[in-house]
Amino acid sequence: MQTESLWLIVLGCAAATFVWRGLGVVVVKRIDSRGAFFQWITCVSYAMVAGLVFRMIIMPESDLASVSLPIRVGAVVIAFAAYFAFRRRLVAGVLAGSLSLSVMAYLVG
Amino acid sequence: MVSGNVEVMRKAMLDALSLPAFILLFTMMGFGSLARGAGFGAEMAALATLFIWGLPGQLAMVELTVTGQGIVAIVFACSLANARFLPMVVSFVPAMSRGRSSLPGMMLDAQLLSINSWAVCLREFPQIEPEFRHRYYLTFASSILAAAVAGTLLGYHGAVLLPGVLVLGLIFVSPLFFALVLSAVPGRAERFSMILGCATIPLAHYLFPSVDLLITGVVGGSLGFALGKFWSGGDAN
Repeated sequence: MQTESLWLIVLGCAAATFVWRGLGVVVVKRIDSRGAFFQWITCVSYAMVAGLVFRMIIMPESDLASVSLPIRVGAVVIAFAAYFAFRRRLVAGVLAGSLSLSVMAYLVG
Repeated sequence: MVSGNVEVMRKAMLDALSLPAFILLFTMMGFGSLARGAGFGAEMAALATLFIWGLPGQLAMVELTVTGQGIVAIVFACSLANARFLPMVVSFVPAMSRGRSSLPGMMLDAQLLSINSWAVCLREFPQIEPEFRHRYYLTFASSILAAAVAGTLLGYHGAVLLPGVLVLGLIFVSPLFFALVLSAVPGRAERFSMILGCATIPLAHYLFPSVDLLITGVVGGSLGFALGKFWSGGDAN
């Protein structure tokens, strides 16, 4: 593709993403942050983000798809075990989960 | 309670460096290398990270460019993939408890928001004095944005070659991080929403892959909201 077209794509994508952010600001200006609508949209955010994370683990589109589902789920279980064992240290959980995925993928693959 | 400009900025940078900056550095390396493969220039890839600042949309942009779609279709797909920013901005901005803020200031806050800042700030805010939360957010968000742009350029220029299984473990860091952070989210309605979001996404992804997250948000969030209300007998929270 031509350079100008590629620039147009980058700028267009930035503008089109900003539309949602800008709309969010417009909505914020108009709602009561203690009202039911705010609570509902907070729930929508949490459902979306949780769904996104669940999708990354269960149905990955990245190279993770080459790792079998039991290994991915096993690594998540190990991550949570380490997280709670080390008094809810995020680093401990993430390191344990990441390393165990690598080790299991190495041993199986 | 953390307060004071210096202390809050220090905490924000340390929190960013503890994992999120590293996550962004690594995931954006993946984007950088894909962008190069799609024919984008290095400065285009870096500016895409800086100004789009939403990986799902950036990936949609690159993938559709590779397959030779028209510009309008690419921009539309990128926008849809990043539609989560609407509810995220709405649920996030009031949490900073800023009394009066200008419209341009709020627009800048919205532009800097990403899933990392959203999750980490909502987690850390209760420990930060309300008047310092905005400063914490700006410091945290700009720190990880800098790491993301650096990662894009490193990935673009093919900086690091690690053994395959280690790369897989590194890719897995991002979902692990969010799974752990989200597991600590308080609030019954929020917890119901997350569980129902996980239950909704497989079918939504199978039926409507391009808008699966939107469907998941609305279905899971609405049911979770209703269930939260029902459980607490309709009173607040």
